Amino acid sequence: MDWLSPEEWSAVHLSLRVAIWATLVSLPLGIFVAYALARWRFPGRQVLNGLVHLPLILPPVVTGYLLLVTLSPTAPLGGFLARFGIVFAFHWTGAALAAGIMAFPLMVRAIRLSMEAVDPGLEQAGATLGAAPIWVFLTVTLPLSLPGILTGAILAFAKAMGEFGATITFVSNIPGQTRTLPSAIYAFLQVPGGEGSALLLVVISIVLAMGALLMSELLARRLQARMTGA
Amino acid sequence: MTLTVSLAHRFGDFALDVAFEAPPGITVLFGRSGSGKSTVVNAVAGLFTPQRGHITLGDRVLLDTEARRTVPPHRRRLGVVFQEGRLFPHLTVRQNLRYARWFSRDPAESDDGQRVIEMLGIGHLLDRRPARLSGGEKQRVAIGRSLLARPELILADEPLSSLDEARKAEILPYFEWLRDDVKVPILYVSHSAVEVARLATTVIALQDGRIARQGPALEVLGDPMVTPAGVRAAGAVLEAVIAVQHGDGLTELDAGGARLFLPKVPGGAGTRLRVRIPAQDVLLSRGAPEGLSALNVLPGTVEQLRQGTGPGVIVSLRTQAGQLLARVTRRSAERLELAPGAEVHAVVKTIAIAREDVSQGAPVE
Repeated sequence: MDWLSPEEWSAVHLSLRVAIWATLVSLPLGIFVAYALARWRFPGRQVLNGLVHLPLILPPVVTGYLLLVTLSPTAPLGGFLARFGIVFAFHWTGAALAAGIMAFPLMVRAIRLSMEAVDPGLEQAGATLGAAPIWVFLTVTLPLSLPGILTGAILAFAKAMGEFGATITFVSNIPGQTRTLPSAIYAFLQVPGGEGSALLLVVISIVLAMGALLMSELLARRLQARMTGA
Repeated sequence: MTLTVSLAHRFGDFALDVAFEAPPGITVLFGRSGSGKSTVVNAVAGLFTPQRGHITLGDRVLLDTEARRTVPPHRRRLGVVFQEGRLFPHLTVRQNLRYARWFSRDPAESDDGQRVIEMLGIGHLLDRRPARLSGGEKQRVAIGRSLLARPELILADEPLSSLDEARKAEILPYFEWLRDDVKVPILYVSHSAVEVARLATTVIALQDGRIARQGPALEVLGDPMVTPAGVRAAGAVLEAVIAVQHGDGLTELDAGGARLFLPKVPGGAGTRLRVRIPAQDVLLSRGAPEGLSALNVLPGTVEQLRQGTGPGVIVSLRTQAGQLLARVTRRSAERLELAPGAEVHAVVKTIAIAREDVSQGAPVE
């Protein structure tokens, strides 16, 4: 990889790692929350809905700051977690956490929409055929909302790749540790002669985002074809 | 296995309050849309919990609101054939048919599946997905899917109403097969007099959330006071056997000793049939009619007259062939001095016996 300097390469590598982890870890939770919002009527449903959407509305810097004050090693929660070796502040895991939280509303929204589009009549049919609720979920709801889950995951991944405000506030901009693509672009633009590297990273960002989008389109189309075709 | 249902529920200003038993055979819940039929089926299936209800199947209690006991749908062991099929679009026909097997306690035996697939004629569809099936094929697969769950009762919620006439004719025999050969009890919801006449062993006539009449199919359908599908669709059902196949394309039937002539009905002598005679295709005459082109004239006695708000009167007659219904105008009823006990002749035009109304007879217990 000699067309990328070690510094640039580390930013790309770190961003991919952060985005993949953020997406994979938040996906099961996103599916659960989306299902709860789509199918269950419970007190506090609107509160949960608001909470999930909060990162979308709040300035990212505010989200990052809130994470910092709750999870820094000096804060009670952060100190407690640190005892088990779980550290977020100024660490790449923190970048993944921030990215995951910022991407969560997009993920939940896409999954929830596709789950709401699943005909409850099919879930009832599953139940009358002997499937307990968890099996109805696994064999009917989940496969039928797979296109939405996929879209949600890809959106979350792209959002996580590009997260800047909350990340830089929470975990700063430490080369090799928390300097993701956007942070690196920002950093390169701050030093004279860094425009070349910045431009290269911008192109890489665009390629990765477009690639993810195309892949999700392709997969979603294939899934759709399976359901309507032969 | 007998299903007993009693339930009450109030939705806004609509009150449902029914109690009935469904003995073996096909019990048809018969009524117009909005009469509460589907609510009853959903309550039996466990998809809807009424405010008050008690449902038992054999000796199993499925719902007892007083004891706050309800068996969830997946443990009720019922097969449901829904109006729209509700096949899983992401699964092939084979996987749809096997779906219940994944959750059944005895995953053995596959001959059963093979036999059902053969009977329903869906063997060539197994690798397709539901999107590539016609409406009739979908319902056949839906019947197979519910049957392969080895249910103790099949619930069929207007399973034919989304199909055109030709497809209906294609599916009806499969319900007769379930009734006569598989011998699984069926609770069948319908608003079609034709389906009721053809399939029902027992009829439960629902009107505005209440049961207007329940009992053996022929009795309920011959009752002039009960017209759940509206007076226009009223019609009695007669049971008959094929007596002679005539060379001129007519089939002669023996209905309780009376002779009826129909355009060619396939089947050898002795084949049992049900014949539906729409009330509006029956003319009444006080004297024995002469010089008439109609072949079917049945002497009988007026039993009851039912006068609605309109200009028509529904007259029930006892004839040798069975209970008949005739729809005449109020003016004719007065002119003929129709009253209970009056002797009349019922004239049934041969062609008035619609082809789709002729069915294989149900075994009468």
